[in-house]
Amino acid sequence: MGENDPGESLKELGERLDRARRAQHPVRSPQAAGTNDALAKGWRVSIELLAAVAVGGFVGWAVDKGLGTRPWGMIIFFVLGIAAGMWNVYRAVTGLGRAVGFRRDPGDANAAGDWDEDED
Amino acid sequence: MAIEIHPLDQFAVKPLVPLHWGSLDFSFTNSALFMCGAVAATSALVILGSWRRDMVPGRWQSLAEMSYEFIANMIDENIGGPEGKKYFPFIFSLFMFVLFGNLFGMVPYAFTFTSHIIVTFAMAIVIFIGVTIIGIWHHGFHFLTLFVPKGVPKALLLLLVPIELLSYLIRPFTLSIRLFANMLAGHTMLAIFAAFVISMGLLGVIPLTVDIALIFLELLVAVLQAYVFAILTSLYLRDAIHLH
Repeated sequence: MGENDPGESLKELGERLDRARRAQHPVRSPQAAGTNDALAKGWRVSIELLAAVAVGGFVGWAVDKGLGTRPWGMIIFFVLGIAAGMWNVYRAVTGLGRAVGFRRDPGDANAAGDWDEDED
Repeated sequence: MAIEIHPLDQFAVKPLVPLHWGSLDFSFTNSALFMCGAVAATSALVILGSWRRDMVPGRWQSLAEMSYEFIANMIDENIGGPEGKKYFPFIFSLFMFVLFGNLFGMVPYAFTFTSHIIVTFAMAIVIFIGVTIIGIWHHGFHFLTLFVPKGVPKALLLLLVPIELLSYLIRPFTLSIRLFANMLAGHTMLAIFAAFVISMGLLGVIPLTVDIALIFLELLVAVLQAYVFAILTSLYLRDAIHLH
Protein backbone atom coordinates (compact mmCIF):
# COMPACT_ATOMS: atom_id res chain seq x y z
CA MET A 1 0.00 0.00 0.00
CA GLY A 2 2.72 2.35 1.06
CA GLU A 3 4.65 1.31 -2.04
CA ASN A 4 1.73 1.98 -4.30
CA ASP A 5 1.08 5.49 -3.13
CA PRO A 6 4.02 7.26 -4.74
CA GLY A 7 3.28 5.45 -7.99
CA GLU A 8 -0.33 6.51 -7.84
CA SER A 9 0.49 10.13 -7.20
CA LEU A 10 3.12 10.11 -9.93
CA LYS A 11 0.57 8.83 -12.39
CA GLU A 12 -1.84 11.49 -11.26
CA LEU A 13 0.83 14.10 -11.72
CA GLY A 14 1.51 12.75 -15.19
CA GLU A 15 -2.15 12.96 -16.05
CA ARG A 16 -2.36 16.51 -14.76
CA LEU A 17 0.70 17.43 -16.79
CA ASP A 18 -0.80 15.87 -19.90
CA ARG A 19 -4.05 17.73 -19.38
CA ALA A 20 -2.22 21.00 -18.90
CA ARG A 21 -0.17 20.37 -22.02
CA ARG A 22 -3.24 19.57 -24.04
CA ALA A 23 -4.95 22.70 -22.80
CA GLN A 24 -1.98 24.68 -24.00
CA HIS A 25 -1.90 23.05 -27.38
CA PRO A 26 -4.16 25.52 -29.27
CA VAL A 27 -1.85 28.34 -28.26
CA ARG A 28 1.02 27.55 -30.54
CA SER A 29 4.55 28.50 -29.75
CA PRO A 30 5.63 31.73 -31.45
CA GLN A 31 8.46 30.14 -33.42
CA ALA A 32 6.11 27.57 -34.95
CA ALA A 33 3.83 30.33 -36.19
CA GLY A 34 4.86 32.78 -38.89
CA THR A 35 6.29 31.58 -42.17
CA ASN A 36 5.23 28.00 -41.65
CA ASP A 37 1.63 28.99 -41.12
CA ALA A 38 1.65 31.22 -44.16
CA LEU A 39 3.07 28.33 -46.18
CA ALA A 40 0.38 25.97 -44.88
CA LYS A 41 -2.35 28.47 -45.67
CA GLY A 42 -0.98 28.97 -49.15
CA TRP A 43 -0.97 25.23 -49.73
CA ARG A 44 -4.51 24.94 -48.51
CA VAL A 45 -5.90 27.75 -50.66
CA SER A 46 -4.14 26.68 -53.84
CA ILE A 47 -5.09 23.02 -53.49
CA GLU A 48 -8.67 23.90 -52.68
CA LEU A 49 -8.98 26.12 -55.75
CA LEU A 50 -7.19 23.79 -58.18
CA ALA A 51 -8.96 20.63 -57.07
CA ALA A 52 -12.37 22.28 -57.31
CA VAL A 53 -11.81 23.45 -60.88
CA ALA A 54 -10.34 20.09 -61.89
CA VAL A 55 -13.17 18.09 -60.36
CA GLY A 56 -15.78 20.46 -61.81
CA GLY A 57 -14.25 20.07 -65.24
CA PHE A 58 -14.08 16.31 -64.89
CA VAL A 59 -17.70 16.02 -63.77
CA GLY A 60 -18.74 18.19 -66.72
CA TRP A 61 -16.76 16.03 -69.11
CA ALA A 62 -18.31 12.88 -67.65
CA VAL A 63 -21.82 14.33 -67.91
CA ASP A 64 -21.22 15.27 -71.53
CA LYS A 65 -19.89 11.83 -72.31
CA GLY A 66 -22.83 10.16 -70.62
CA LEU A 67 -25.64 12.35 -71.92
CA GLY A 68 -24.11 13.60 -75.14
CA THR A 69 -24.71 17.23 -74.20
CA ARG A 70 -21.34 18.50 -75.36
CA PRO A 71 -20.30 21.24 -74.61
CA TRP A 72 -22.92 22.37 -72.09
CA GLY A 73 -22.08 20.04 -69.20
CA MET A 74 -18.44 21.03 -69.37
CA ILE A 75 -19.25 24.74 -69.45
CA ILE A 76 -21.73 24.59 -66.57
CA PHE A 77 -19.75 22.32 -64.28
CA PHE A 78 -16.48 24.08 -64.97
CA VAL A 79 -18.03 27.35 -63.82
CA LEU A 80 -19.66 25.60 -60.86
CA GLY A 81 -16.27 24.13 -59.99
CA ILE A 82 -14.73 27.58 -59.95
CA ALA A 83 -17.58 28.78 -57.76
CA ALA A 84 -17.19 25.86 -55.37
CA GLY A 85 -13.44 26.43 -55.20
CA MET A 86 -13.87 30.13 -54.48
CA TRP A 87 -16.44 29.33 -51.85
CA ASN A 88 -14.23 26.76 -50.16
CA VAL A 89 -11.33 29.22 -50.15
CA TYR A 90 -13.59 31.89 -48.67
CA ARG A 91 -14.71 29.48 -45.98
CA ALA A 92 -11.18 28.36 -45.23
CA VAL A 93 -9.87 31.92 -44.96
CA THR A 94 -12.73 33.39 -42.96
CA GLY A 95 -12.97 30.32 -40.74
CA LEU A 96 -16.65 29.79 -41.51
CA GLY A 97 -15.96 26.08 -41.43
CA ARG A 98 -14.49 23.66 -43.87
CA ALA A 99 -17.60 21.66 -44.30
CA VAL A 100 -20.22 21.42 -46.96
CA GLY A 101 -23.02 23.69 -45.78
CA PHE A 102 -22.27 25.85 -42.82
CA ARG A 103 -24.71 24.96 -40.12
CA ARG A 104 -22.13 24.93 -37.39
CA ASP A 105 -23.07 25.72 -33.81
CA PRO A 106 -20.55 28.13 -32.35
CA GLY A 107 -19.88 25.74 -29.46
CA ASP A 108 -17.74 23.34 -31.44
CA ALA A 109 -16.15 25.92 -33.70
CA ASN A 110 -13.06 25.63 -31.55
CA ALA A 111 -11.78 22.29 -32.70
CA ALA A 112 -12.35 22.84 -36.38
CA GLY A 113 -11.68 26.57 -36.27
CA ASP A 114 -8.26 25.93 -34.85
CA TRP A 115 -7.42 23.82 -37.84
CA ASP A 116 -8.95 26.23 -40.27
CA GLU A 117 -6.99 29.13 -38.99
CA ASP A 118 -3.48 27.96 -38.68
CA GLU A 119 -2.89 24.50 -39.97
CA ASP A 120 -3.01 22.60 -43.13
CA MET B 1 31.94 20.19 -64.38
CA ALA B 2 28.38 19.15 -64.74
CA ILE B 3 26.77 17.17 -62.00
CA GLU B 4 23.56 15.47 -62.93
CA ILE B 5 20.75 16.23 -60.55
CA HIS B 6 17.88 13.79 -60.29
CA PRO B 7 15.74 15.08 -57.45
CA LEU B 8 12.80 12.89 -58.51
CA ASP B 9 14.68 9.59 -58.59
CA GLN B 10 13.87 9.04 -54.94
CA PHE B 11 10.21 8.53 -55.83
CA ALA B 12 10.80 5.68 -58.25
CA VAL B 13 8.83 2.57 -57.42
CA LYS B 14 11.09 -0.43 -57.86
CA PRO B 15 9.89 -4.02 -57.80
CA LEU B 16 11.80 -6.04 -55.24
CA VAL B 17 10.09 -9.38 -55.74
CA PRO B 18 8.62 -9.55 -59.26
CA LEU B 19 5.22 -11.18 -59.28
CA HIS B 20 3.09 -11.30 -62.39
CA TRP B 21 -0.27 -12.89 -62.85
CA GLY B 22 -1.50 -12.69 -66.39
CA SER B 23 -1.15 -9.08 -67.46
CA LEU B 24 -1.37 -7.88 -63.86
CA ASP B 25 1.69 -6.79 -61.93
CA PHE B 26 1.57 -7.80 -58.27
CA SER B 27 5.27 -7.23 -57.66
CA PHE B 28 6.34 -6.56 -54.11
CA THR B 29 7.85 -3.08 -54.46
CA ASN B 30 9.88 -0.79 -52.24
CA SER B 31 6.62 1.10 -51.69
CA ALA B 32 4.94 -2.06 -50.41
CA LEU B 33 7.96 -2.81 -48.26
CA PHE B 34 7.73 0.54 -46.49
CA MET B 35 3.97 0.15 -46.06
CA CYS B 36 4.61 -3.18 -44.36
CA GLY B 37 7.23 -1.39 -42.29
CA ALA B 38 4.70 1.24 -41.21
CA VAL B 39 2.19 -1.44 -40.24
CA ALA B 40 4.85 -3.41 -38.39
CA ALA B 41 6.08 -0.30 -36.55
CA THR B 42 2.56 0.68 -35.53
CA SER B 43 1.80 -2.84 -34.31
CA ALA B 44 5.11 -3.04 -32.49
CA LEU B 45 4.54 0.30 -30.77
CA VAL B 46 1.05 -0.58 -29.59
CA ILE B 47 1.73 -4.23 -28.67
CA LEU B 48 5.08 -3.66 -26.97
CA GLY B 49 3.79 -0.46 -25.40
CA SER B 50 0.92 -2.24 -23.71
CA TRP B 51 2.97 -5.32 -22.79
CA ARG B 52 4.02 -4.43 -19.27
CA ARG B 53 1.19 -2.14 -18.14
CA ASP B 54 3.21 -0.41 -15.46
CA MET B 55 1.62 2.07 -13.15
CA VAL B 56 4.43 4.45 -14.01
CA PRO B 57 4.83 4.01 -17.77
CA GLY B 58 8.22 3.48 -19.28
CA ARG B 59 9.30 5.13 -22.53
CA TRP B 60 7.49 2.79 -24.90
CA GLN B 61 4.37 2.60 -22.82
CA SER B 62 4.34 6.39 -22.56
CA LEU B 63 4.63 6.75 -26.29
CA ALA B 64 1.85 4.25 -26.94
CA GLU B 65 -0.41 5.85 -24.34
CA MET B 66 0.29 9.34 -25.66
CA SER B 67 -0.61 8.43 -29.20
CA TYR B 68 -3.73 6.64 -27.98
CA GLU B 69 -4.84 9.61 -25.93
CA PHE B 70 -4.00 12.05 -28.70
CA ILE B 71 -6.33 10.34 -31.15
CA ALA B 72 -8.95 9.54 -28.50
CA ASN B 73 -9.14 13.23 -27.58
CA MET B 74 -9.25 14.29 -31.20
CA ILE B 75 -12.19 11.98 -31.85
CA ASP B 76 -13.90 13.06 -28.66
CA GLU B 77 -13.63 16.71 -29.64
CA ASN B 78 -14.59 16.28 -33.26
CA ILE B 79 -17.10 13.44 -33.38
CA GLY B 80 -17.87 12.95 -29.72
CA GLY B 81 -19.97 10.51 -27.78
CA PRO B 82 -20.23 6.76 -28.14
CA GLU B 83 -20.69 7.18 -31.89
CA GLY B 84 -17.18 8.56 -32.18
CA LYS B 85 -15.64 5.76 -30.10
CA LYS B 86 -16.67 3.25 -32.76
CA TYR B 87 -14.36 4.88 -35.28
CA PHE B 88 -11.34 5.07 -32.99
CA PRO B 89 -9.62 1.94 -34.37
CA PHE B 90 -9.96 3.17 -37.93
CA ILE B 91 -8.73 6.70 -37.34
CA PHE B 92 -5.93 5.53 -35.05
CA SER B 93 -4.66 3.05 -37.64
CA LEU B 94 -4.96 5.64 -40.37
CA PHE B 95 -3.04 8.24 -38.37
CA MET B 96 -0.25 5.86 -37.38
CA PHE B 97 0.07 4.49 -40.92
CA VAL B 98 0.42 7.95 -42.44
CA LEU B 99 2.64 9.16 -39.60
CA PHE B 100 5.08 6.25 -39.92
CA GLY B 101 4.97 6.53 -43.69
CA ASN B 102 5.97 10.18 -43.44
CA LEU B 103 8.57 9.65 -40.74
CA PHE B 104 10.21 6.64 -42.42
CA GLY B 105 10.52 8.82 -45.48
CA MET B 106 12.78 11.13 -43.50
CA VAL B 107 15.40 8.40 -43.13
CA PRO B 108 18.06 8.81 -45.85
CA TYR B 109 17.63 6.33 -48.74
CA ALA B 110 14.16 5.46 -47.51
CA PHE B 111 11.12 5.52 -49.73
CA THR B 112 8.18 7.77 -48.86
CA PHE B 113 5.01 6.00 -49.93
CA THR B 114 2.84 8.98 -48.91
CA SER B 115 4.51 10.98 -51.69
CA HIS B 116 2.57 8.98 -54.25
CA ILE B 117 -0.82 10.33 -55.24
CA ILE B 118 -2.19 6.85 -55.89
CA VAL B 119 -1.47 5.81 -52.31
CA THR B 120 -3.01 8.90 -50.71
CA PHE B 121 -5.91 8.89 -53.17
CA ALA B 122 -6.66 5.25 -52.44
CA MET B 123 -6.91 6.08 -48.75
CA ALA B 124 -8.96 9.22 -49.41
CA ILE B 125 -11.45 7.53 -51.73
CA VAL B 126 -11.99 4.70 -49.22
CA ILE B 127 -12.66 7.33 -46.54
CA PHE B 128 -14.96 9.28 -48.86
CA ILE B 129 -17.04 6.27 -49.88
CA GLY B 130 -17.10 4.95 -46.33
CA VAL B 131 -18.21 8.30 -44.90
CA THR B 132 -20.96 8.60 -47.51
CA ILE B 133 -22.23 5.10 -46.73
CA ILE B 134 -22.13 5.80 -42.99
CA GLY B 135 -24.06 9.02 -43.54
CA ILE B 136 -26.75 7.31 -45.60
CA TRP B 137 -26.89 4.43 -43.14
CA HIS B 138 -27.47 6.84 -40.25
CA HIS B 139 -29.89 9.23 -41.88
CA GLY B 140 -31.21 7.56 -44.98
CA PHE B 141 -32.69 9.99 -47.48
CA HIS B 142 -32.33 12.78 -44.93
CA PHE B 143 -28.57 12.70 -45.55
CA LEU B 144 -29.14 14.81 -48.66
CA THR B 145 -30.02 17.82 -46.50
CA LEU B 146 -26.27 18.07 -46.01
CA PHE B 147 -26.20 19.82 -49.37
CA VAL B 148 -28.91 22.36 -48.55
CA PRO B 149 -27.50 25.36 -46.69
CA LYS B 150 -29.84 26.76 -44.07
CA GLY B 151 -31.41 30.22 -44.29
CA VAL B 152 -30.89 30.66 -48.01
CA PRO B 153 -33.64 31.97 -50.36
CA LYS B 154 -35.26 29.20 -52.39
CA ALA B 155 -34.22 30.68 -55.74
CA LEU B 156 -30.56 30.58 -54.75
CA LEU B 157 -30.77 26.91 -53.79
CA LEU B 158 -30.88 26.03 -57.46
CA LEU B 159 -27.36 27.38 -57.74
CA LEU B 160 -26.06 26.52 -54.28
CA VAL B 161 -27.00 22.86 -54.12
CA PRO B 162 -24.85 21.92 -57.15
CA ILE B 163 -22.00 23.96 -55.70
CA GLU B 164 -22.34 22.20 -52.34
CA LEU B 165 -22.49 18.87 -54.09
CA LEU B 166 -19.29 19.69 -55.96
CA SER B 167 -17.62 20.81 -52.74
CA TYR B 168 -18.50 17.43 -51.32
CA LEU B 169 -17.15 15.56 -54.34
CA ILE B 170 -13.89 17.50 -54.10
CA ARG B 171 -13.10 16.14 -50.64
CA PRO B 172 -11.19 13.00 -51.62
CA PHE B 173 -9.09 15.05 -54.02
CA THR B 174 -8.14 17.82 -51.60
CA LEU B 175 -7.52 15.25 -48.87
CA SER B 176 -5.17 13.20 -51.03
CA ILE B 177 -3.48 16.06 -52.89
CA ARG B 178 -2.69 17.89 -49.65
CA LEU B 179 -0.72 14.99 -48.19
CA PHE B 180 0.90 13.92 -51.45
CA ALA B 181 1.90 17.43 -52.53
CA ASN B 182 3.39 18.29 -49.16
CA MET B 183 5.52 15.16 -49.08
CA LEU B 184 6.54 15.37 -52.73
CA ALA B 185 7.50 19.05 -52.55
CA GLY B 186 9.39 18.67 -49.30
CA HIS B 187 11.45 15.70 -50.42
CA THR B 188 12.17 17.21 -53.83
CA MET B 189 13.38 20.40 -52.16
CA LEU B 190 15.66 18.42 -49.84
CA ALA B 191 17.16 16.56 -52.80
CA ILE B 192 17.74 19.73 -54.84
CA PHE B 193 19.52 21.49 -52.01
CA ALA B 194 21.52 18.35 -51.30
CA ALA B 195 22.69 18.36 -54.93
CA PHE B 196 23.78 21.99 -54.56
CA VAL B 197 25.93 21.03 -51.59
CA ILE B 198 28.12 18.93 -53.88
CA SER B 199 28.11 21.15 -56.95
CA MET B 200 28.94 24.37 -55.10
CA GLY B 201 32.17 23.11 -53.55
CA LEU B 202 33.23 25.12 -50.52
CA LEU B 203 30.21 27.40 -50.78
CA GLY B 204 28.16 24.25 -50.36
CA VAL B 205 28.03 25.07 -46.66
CA ILE B 206 25.18 27.45 -47.47
CA PRO B 207 22.80 24.90 -49.02
CA LEU B 208 23.90 22.43 -46.35
CA THR B 209 22.65 24.81 -43.66
CA VAL B 210 19.41 25.25 -45.57
CA ASP B 211 19.04 21.50 -45.87
CA ILE B 212 19.51 20.96 -42.15
CA ALA B 213 16.82 23.55 -41.45
CA LEU B 214 14.60 21.94 -44.08
CA ILE B 215 14.92 18.55 -42.43
CA PHE B 216 13.48 19.95 -39.23
CA LEU B 217 10.71 21.65 -41.19
CA GLU B 218 10.00 18.37 -42.98
CA LEU B 219 9.82 16.47 -39.69
CA LEU B 220 7.23 19.00 -38.56
CA VAL B 221 5.33 18.69 -41.84
CA ALA B 222 5.43 14.88 -41.58
CA VAL B 223 3.69 14.93 -38.21
CA LEU B 224 1.39 17.82 -39.08
CA GLN B 225 0.16 16.23 -42.30
CA ALA B 226 -0.58 12.93 -40.57
CA TYR B 227 -2.52 14.91 -37.99
CA VAL B 228 -4.40 16.88 -40.64
CA PHE B 229 -5.26 13.69 -42.53
CA ALA B 230 -6.68 12.14 -39.37
CA ILE B 231 -8.53 15.24 -38.18
CA LEU B 232 -10.15 15.80 -41.58
CA THR B 233 -11.28 12.19 -41.62
CA SER B 234 -12.89 12.62 -38.23
CA LEU B 235 -14.50 15.91 -39.31
CA TYR B 236 -15.97 14.20 -42.36
CA LEU B 237 -17.26 11.42 -40.12
CA ARG B 238 -18.78 14.02 -37.82
CA ASP B 239 -20.61 15.57 -40.77
CA ALA B 240 -21.96 12.18 -41.78
CA ILE B 241 -23.06 11.22 -38.28
CA HIS B 242 -24.44 14.51 -36.99
CA LEU B 243 -25.24 16.32 -40.26
CA HIS B 244 -23.57 19.34 -38.58
